[in-house]
Amino acid sequence: MHDDDQGHTHGDPDPHAPSPDDAPPASEWEFLEKALSALLAECGVIEEADIQRMMNFTESRNPALGAKVVARAWTDSGFRDRLLCDARKSLREEMGIDVGTIAEIAAVENSDKLHHVVVCTLCSCYPRTLLGQPPAWYKSREYRSRIVREPRKVLKEFGTVLPSDVSIRVLDSTADLRYLVIPNRPGGTEDWPAHRLEALVSRDSMIGTALASDQNDK
Amino acid sequence: MTGISGAAGTRGIHDVGGLDFGAIDRSEHPLTTFERRVDALMMLMIGPSGVFRADALRRAIESYNEADYVNLTYYEKWVRALRILLVEQGVLSDEQIDARIAALRENCEGVQP
Amino acid sequence: MIEPRFATGDRVRVDTRPAKGHCRAPFYLRGRTGVVEAIHGRYRDPEQLAYHRPGLPMRFLYRVRFDQPSVWGREAENSTDAVVADLFEHWLTRVTGRETANAR
Repeated sequence: MHDDDQGHTHGDPDPHAPSPDDAPPASEWEFLEKALSALLAECGVIEEADIQRMMNFTESRNPALGAKVVARAWTDSGFRDRLLCDARKSLREEMGIDVGTIAEIAAVENSDKLHHVVVCTLCSCYPRTLLGQPPAWYKSREYRSRIVREPRKVLKEFGTVLPSDVSIRVLDSTADLRYLVIPNRPGGTEDWPAHRLEALVSRDSMIGTALASDQNDK
Repeated sequence: MTGISGAAGTRGIHDVGGLDFGAIDRSEHPLTTFERRVDALMMLMIGPSGVFRADALRRAIESYNEADYVNLTYYEKWVRALRILLVEQGVLSDEQIDARIAALRENCEGVQP
Repeated sequence: MIEPRFATGDRVRVDTRPAKGHCRAPFYLRGRTGVVEAIHGRYRDPEQLAYHRPGLPMRFLYRVRFDQPSVWGREAENSTDAVVADLFEHWLTRVTGRETANAR
């Protein structure tokens, strides 16, 4: 369903497991969703088909798509420069990806000396029209509160330890721009084909809590 | 706006940068049907149909009291904001919504787990 | 043609005035001094959009870098690390050389 589902496996049944569409609402909020969907359809604002289409669109945006963009940026310096300069235009014209009108998207590039990591301390802004929905931890108060103050400690908890001569830039998405991190390309990958490079690019490496590597996300 | 006051004005309940809420839970789960539907409804309202802006969604959530901000799940906060904003914009009325929920509940009686 | 008030490289301080309702200048940066890294152009004002108003006049939006010590003082983890935020012009004032950079 999602490429980024790396849920911890427990022996217990998952309380969040998807329920079938015809299951009766289980909470006041599920009743509210059903009421709003039905009423919006009746007054002609949207149709049920619009909801299905939007769910399908959202699922078509996922970290694998972002990884294609990163691999292209690694191997095509002209594209990388245009992506850094005008992400919307280069994604549309050169990758056929429409990032929609909800927000602007901007790319930032990591290097041997500079490491970006993205947060939204005020809500949960995320480049969802490229990477899909953010992971739960990205939206949590714990991550949002701490990453701006103690990025090295938080990154270490994610298994990412950076030398002190690498400067960290914590990007707080406070306004209209959503940030995509182009992770630093690992050494020894110069001759790799695109599909091998894409496999190095995890969702977390495009948020900046991980480096591009063989050890995706974990 | 709920929150605490300080030298630089009031810190809203949502405005958490620099605080410390402790360990980050990195467990993940696939979104439920409810969550995916609320997500799609919200995107339709702030995207193509333009009923309200994402800024209004944020403002609605920032108006929740601390208990709701902390205890409601992400998409529970969203569906509650949908209701608030659809009523504010005159698309639906509270009476309409309450009546529909009551009817749905009646239909579900006897099949509830 | 409306020109941006600040240029890349300018030192700017985030206002400490209380936010009246929805606002996108985070609390932890209010009163802090940073450096303008980029001018993103003009965007509708979220403080108006949040209440279903048109969001005019549009406001210049800047990417501002705040070095960690200027925000967290001696608690900063690393002096060469920084927080970068996108802030609207009406929350920023220019800081001249002699002013104390990090007074709150």
